[in-house]
Amino acid sequence: MEYFAQQMINGVTLGSVYGLIAIGYTMVYGIIGMINFAHGDIFMVSAFVSLIVFIALLSIGITWIPLALLIVLIVSMAVTSVYGWTVERLAYRPLRASFRLAPLITAIGMSIVLQNYVQIVQGARVKPLPPVITGSYTLMEKDGFTVQISNMQIAIIVTTFILMIAFSALISKTSLGRCQRACEQDRTMAALLGINVDRTISLTFIMGAGLASVAGLMYLLYYGVIDFYIGFVVGIKAFTAAVLGGIGSLPGAMLGGLIIGLVETFWSAYFAIGYKDVAAFSILIIVLIFLPSGLLGKPEVEKI
Amino acid sequence: MSDQLSWQIDPVLDVQNLTLAFGGLVAIDDLCFQSARREITAIIGPNGAGKTTVFNCLTGFYKPDRGVIALRHDDGNQYHLERMAEFRINNRASVARTFQNIRLFTGMSVLENLLVAQHQKLMKASGMTIGALLGLGGYRSREKQAIELAMHWLETTDLHYRADDLAGDLPYGDQRRLEIARAMCTQPLLLCLDEPAAGLNPKESNMLSQLLLNIKSQEKIAILLIEHDMSVVMEISDHIVVIDYGRKISDGTPMQIRNDPKVIAAYLGVDETREAVK
Repeated sequence: MEYFAQQMINGVTLGSVYGLIAIGYTMVYGIIGMINFAHGDIFMVSAFVSLIVFIALLSIGITWIPLALLIVLIVSMAVTSVYGWTVERLAYRPLRASFRLAPLITAIGMSIVLQNYVQIVQGARVKPLPPVITGSYTLMEKDGFTVQISNMQIAIIVTTFILMIAFSALISKTSLGRCQRACEQDRTMAALLGINVDRTISLTFIMGAGLASVAGLMYLLYYGVIDFYIGFVVGIKAFTAAVLGGIGSLPGAMLGGLIIGLVETFWSAYFAIGYKDVAAFSILIIVLIFLPSGLLGKPEVEKI
Repeated sequence: MSDQLSWQIDPVLDVQNLTLAFGGLVAIDDLCFQSARREITAIIGPNGAGKTTVFNCLTGFYKPDRGVIALRHDDGNQYHLERMAEFRINNRASVARTFQNIRLFTGMSVLENLLVAQHQKLMKASGMTIGALLGLGGYRSREKQAIELAMHWLETTDLHYRADDLAGDLPYGDQRRLEIARAMCTQPLLLCLDEPAAGLNPKESNMLSQLLLNIKSQEKIAILLIEHDMSVVMEISDHIVVIDYGRKISDGTPMQIRNDPKVIAAYLGVDETREAVK
């Protein structure tokens, strides 16, 4: 029971990170119907930016952690948003009138470009960061096994929760959210109502990149090591989460993230750890066989 | 024509020598017409005459090969629609349009459809949505105004009791009127309606005529109408432009059009025996 509870906490933490990245996939898919394969690498870039800024801050003497983290978050969000915007502007917008597969190919291209760029600039070795947020609470204790929730885990879960609420409000209540939903349904009509469709799409990419940068910082602080390849591994799992939850659906992305995180953690805890990815992707396949549009996705109704 | 006609004195929309060809097919051929405010200008013609193509040029879908589409605002500014991007034609030049097939945002509520149309003011007031998220006063009051305008149009179109329903759940006739309400929420100077009466039953098309007459008398805008339902056209329009094979064959008041032999020929065909005698 205690072991189970501990795994639950770990799983939810991991799931939160996946969920935040999955939102980026799902929003972009919703608005332009393409899968932004470079999104995982945007996340990776943000983790590197966070690391660099953090070390820079420490070296100039800002050692009060909350302030340092706040600055890191703001700078990393800004820089990552620029990356997100640039990728869209360079690789997707010129191909918008092209056939559906074209931006998918350039997305894979952008993903490889970003990976190699970081590998060359930052080196291929893993980059460590000593634990920044330390301390934990003991929730239960029995037979020498303690169930703990660390401050880092609390920070991740709470941040994710707040961001989720803010994002749902943004999409459902604000004018920008309405524009995004309008562009999602009928881009031509949206343009005829005076909506700047290109700008709305750019903002979607920027928002996705912003969330990915929060995830990047949390990943960096939680695991303490990053390399140029995390974008692919974590990105593909977040993408799986988005598909599992129903691509295009915001709560679906979060739910999918949680499920993938939990499956992975529980599998590692109770079965062979080497097969944890197999377990996560198998769940995806099983769900998609029975629910082709994902858990919370709307099935496409075709009018005849 | 001896005396000047109302639409020639102070036109809002002035189309000159509009020409567009798709390869060898000339869809619009040297078309000129004007449209005045507080008037309903109908564009009629047989199927395939190029009416919708004219609308597509007006709203930026097609760039004409030749010609000028000038829209004159009250403040003296003149916009050349043929040179503007689609979304600017609405939010700068104030042109709104509906389609032959209904294009509402079906997954959004009726009210939201009307709020999307007013996003420009709202976006400005929301400070790039940050103000909106925090619920700042400036955005709140702006949104309240937007909702008031939306409710005004819902009442005008008799849809206010369905404000929170999904737009896709409305019956066909209501959707048609909602499209017009949405177009009006962008506060246009020129409203282009592409077959608004298509598929409506007599009662509904009568309601639509009343709505258009109502808009004409209340708002200082020019209405451009493509319509096949001649009873609607003859009843409500002040000015009719007849085109066939992309060329204008007649232009005048409903009375003049009704008696124009060229129009009768285009619609009904020419009596060949009489032609031979001539």
